[in-house]
Amino acid sequence: MRSDPGRRKAPRALTAAAIGGLLFLHLPIALILLYAFSTEEASYEFPPPGLTLRWFAVAWGRQDIWDAIALSLRVAASSTLIAMLLGSLAAAAMSRTRFFGRESISLLIILPIALPGILTGISLRSAFNLGGIPFSTWTIILGHATFCVVMVYNNVVARFRRMPSSWIEASMDLGADGFQTFRHVVLPNIATALLVGGMLAFALSFDEVIVTTFTAGQQSTLPIWMLTELVRPRQRPVTNVVAVFVIAVTFAPLVLAHWLTRRAEGAGGGGLR
Amino acid sequence: MATAIELPTRQRLGRRISTALLLRPKLLLALLLVPPLLWLGVVYLGSMFALLIQSFFSIDEFTGMIQRTLTLRTYAELLRPAHLDIILRTAAMAASVTLAAAAIAFPIAYFMARYATGRAKAVFYLAVMLPLWSSYLVRVYAWKLILAKEGIITWTAAELGVEGWLEALLSIPVIGGTALSVSHVGTFTVFVYIWLPFMILPIQAALERVPQSIIEASADLGAPPHRTFRNVILPLAFPGVVAGSIFTFSLTLGDYIIPQIIGSSRLFLGQVVFVQQGTAGNIPLAAAFCVVPIVVMSIYLTVAKRLGAFDAL
Repeated sequence: MRSDPGRRKAPRALTAAAIGGLLFLHLPIALILLYAFSTEEASYEFPPPGLTLRWFAVAWGRQDIWDAIALSLRVAASSTLIAMLLGSLAAAAMSRTRFFGRESISLLIILPIALPGILTGISLRSAFNLGGIPFSTWTIILGHATFCVVMVYNNVVARFRRMPSSWIEASMDLGADGFQTFRHVVLPNIATALLVGGMLAFALSFDEVIVTTFTAGQQSTLPIWMLTELVRPRQRPVTNVVAVFVIAVTFAPLVLAHWLTRRAEGAGGGGLR
Repeated sequence: MATAIELPTRQRLGRRISTALLLRPKLLLALLLVPPLLWLGVVYLGSMFALLIQSFFSIDEFTGMIQRTLTLRTYAELLRPAHLDIILRTAAMAASVTLAAAAIAFPIAYFMARYATGRAKAVFYLAVMLPLWSSYLVRVYAWKLILAKEGIITWTAAELGVEGWLEALLSIPVIGGTALSVSHVGTFTVFVYIWLPFMILPIQAALERVPQSIIEASADLGAPPHRTFRNVILPLAFPGVVAGSIFTFSLTLGDYIIPQIIGSSRLFLGQVVFVQQGTAGNIPLAAAFCVVPIVVMSIYLTVAKRLGAFDAL
């Protein structure tokens, strides 16, 4: 039938191209899983000559990896907290009011992820140099929080826009003051968006390498550790194991974030009906 | 004497602050905006400005000291053949990565938007989102395994008996090399792979917005499916492609990690910035190089805005 141009059945070539594209996106990751068990130490030989669990034990005993993970977690946690605070403040201001310069402020919030990360990195580094600020965990956090703000902001501002302003007015009419309204009406409503934004910010910070290379000095976050191993491989099997660990760690919060947003959207739709 | 019910002092104070703020919405707005603006304005814009100022300084070629007098000499240096080569090479790479990503992304986005329903759609969506959020370095690393001389591509080519093709590809001057992992072909493949999700999502969003009724109308007016695709669907999806290209183009322009891990010795813009500010210690030149992607992206964004790409984001 002409009037219904195949809504149900896709042309075979299209299906093949779509599935091929998805395989292109995912097979490389699967390959890393395989390599983590390879017995080969010195090269990236395929197919692996044998399979072993040995490298997981070796990686477990490496103190430098544990230190890098600890630093990454500390940095990600602090930058996420700062981003959650600044991002939701900005979202609250931007969602309710129109004022002069509003567009430029929203551009300013997005800029740190819109412009190449190398710009943020080199700017911060030269500013630290000019100001005589020595590299520390805080210089890393400073950089990370800057581009994490937008993650929280995007999620929370979208939720604020969906929340009818009549709820706040109703709460006030019923005698609650601003703080009570915030605690009992606003916060429960933005909680999941804040959580999702925070998780995305955490994932972004945990994985960030470009800005970090400029702001870390001699310190080594997990991505920096990976980068040094990639540029000058020392113990390839250990790197494979760490890669698998990173895949596992990033996979879980993402699926959780996806599930939370979908559930919140479902609930919001039901409530408005 | 019985007075009205007394609120505890602390609560009364809270109520007074809250009332004061509610009566002055501008003050409330200012209090909300000041912390984030202070952070972004001072930390981000401040340091960015400090960097850009330095691009107008120059370096004394004999002493290697930075001369803090305003000059355009450093910008003139960008036009040296060696530097111009780097800028053009990076732009050419960004353009070809963008074209390839669009070609691979379009069928996926089209399938997601027009044919996948229910569960399949959710799976597709998650499958496109996951790589976007999983580790950038790990995904680059995967290609180091794949493109290595002893890796899976060489093995597959040998199994299929097409080593000749691989050798022919690698023997092409400029883009070839001794192995895929040290050639521009390799760099290109990894760029396309890493930025692909950024292209799929805006195209899919644009295609989702094409109303079924328009497609039916086109068919009712006698257009065969390929004509509907070319004259109706493609023009409506184009802003999505432009929106995606903003990401693929900008990200390729600024990336210095991928060509460092997989690529030949011919440098890209990001690598030059890294070297100039680091070992070479020439901050003015590094800053001037930084201005290139800013200018290129400003032009690109202006054109993209004209093409309606921002509505497709």
